[in-house]
Amino acid sequence: MLETKLSVEHVNMVFTRDAKSMPVLEEIDLDVRTGEFLCIVGPSGCGKSTLLNLMGGFLPPTSGSIRIDGEIVRGPDPRRIFVFQERGVFPWLTVEGNIGFGLFKLSRAERDRRIAHYIQMVGLKGFEQTYPNELSGGMKQRLEVARALAVDPDVLFLDEPFGALDSITRLTMRSELLRIWETERNTIIFVTHDIDEAVQLADRVAVMSNRPGRIQQIVDIDIPHPRDINSPRYLELRAGIYKQIGLAHQI
Amino acid sequence: MRLRPLAFLGALLLLWQIAVSRHPGHLLPGPLEVLRGIFELAQHGLLLKYIVASLFRVTWGFALAAVLAIPLGLLIGWYSRAEMAFNPLIQILRPISPLAWIPIAILWFGVGDLAAIFLIFLCCFFPLLLTAIQAVRSIPEVYVNAGRNFGLSPTAMVAHVLYPAVIPQLIIGLRITLGVAWLVVVAAEMIAVSSGLGFLIVDARNAGNRYDLVVAGMVMIGIIGWLLDIGMRSLERVKSFRWGYSED
Repeated sequence: MLETKLSVEHVNMVFTRDAKSMPVLEEIDLDVRTGEFLCIVGPSGCGKSTLLNLMGGFLPPTSGSIRIDGEIVRGPDPRRIFVFQERGVFPWLTVEGNIGFGLFKLSRAERDRRIAHYIQMVGLKGFEQTYPNELSGGMKQRLEVARALAVDPDVLFLDEPFGALDSITRLTMRSELLRIWETERNTIIFVTHDIDEAVQLADRVAVMSNRPGRIQQIVDIDIPHPRDINSPRYLELRAGIYKQIGLAHQI
Repeated sequence: MRLRPLAFLGALLLLWQIAVSRHPGHLLPGPLEVLRGIFELAQHGLLLKYIVASLFRVTWGFALAAVLAIPLGLLIGWYSRAEMAFNPLIQILRPISPLAWIPIAILWFGVGDLAAIFLIFLCCFFPLLLTAIQAVRSIPEVYVNAGRNFGLSPTAMVAHVLYPAVIPQLIIGLRITLGVAWLVVVAAEMIAVSSGLGFLIVDARNAGNRYDLVVAGMVMIGIIGWLLDIGMRSLERVKSFRWGYSED
């Protein structure tokens, strides 16, 4: 049994707007193991992004607690980096500047070495001096992943990172993310509303219900990478999640 | 390419000259008279002196306003409580024309440079304050969250996230405000001082209806205002600022 990296214990989240309280998350319990790739899927508005923000320390839960390495999360921390959709790259910095953003504590030589390493890893060589508004959506997304990886985090939180990309780029990005994860072995918590994406990427998929979000089921994806997306097991797991969410897989 | 607008301007000047020579009178001096007027001012050493005097007041008033209004605006914008506290005051002071302050400016500072600088300061302060407040409030939350996530200290946050994020909007605000300052300095100089391009215009009229000098003053004001705007606009072309101006 692998050790637990992150645990969510009895977390409830209630938003108050115009004196009305709206429960968003209800009694969430979830353990994430070190080095695991966990996907959280659910219908839109189910609170999955809120849950990720709680784990990232950007919001405090209404009740319950979140622990990472046994310590209660009290705020964001450079050991765990949140990757937004490609909107999160800083438009006023070049590719190099963005990747080096979190490396201000390192020596210049070490910083340059890491920048070069991660530029290579995400395939942005030749674009070192380019500003983000001259990059495509997929390149910006890779840049943001590189910026996150450069600080060598234990945990990566990805909030629908490929949601704004076209479907072909999205497929390439998935396999690149897997390739990177297989070398770096960070713990990845990946929120998506795309069930196929979850089944292609994750070790386990946590399926959430409609608001107020609860964890309905955790599905083990017991297919080794690279995954054949036409294999009977893949289709079976995928159909199971569709059913769990209450969608027939016919249109 | 640049030749065509110049040729057009030349044609308009020619038309002006022809119209004035066909209907001689005192409604408007012709371009040649105006040009002679500018030379006359230059010969007496007044042209440069007045331009420097006007620029001096604008520079001080504008710089003081920028130095005070921008940091204050950034603070107010960052702390929403401060905005709630200051907003009514700002909203009431803002629509008061700087010209309405002239009597008070003279009462406080007497007739002289200080009164004029104070007026320029006022006309720059509120627009810049509002620009700075607005600029901070419109920083996308993702940038702030990313900054927090990478563990930036408060000062590093200001230097590496807030400042670069607001710069494009601030430059637009500074550019518009400098234009307004240049408008106001002329009015201020008509009343509060005895030098500068605004003073030149009233003085030329009072001292013998020298309308050639009046128009010469106007032309100089126009040209310098245009040059100031070109200078401010060149800031927008700095590469790391430019992201804020593109559509993408």
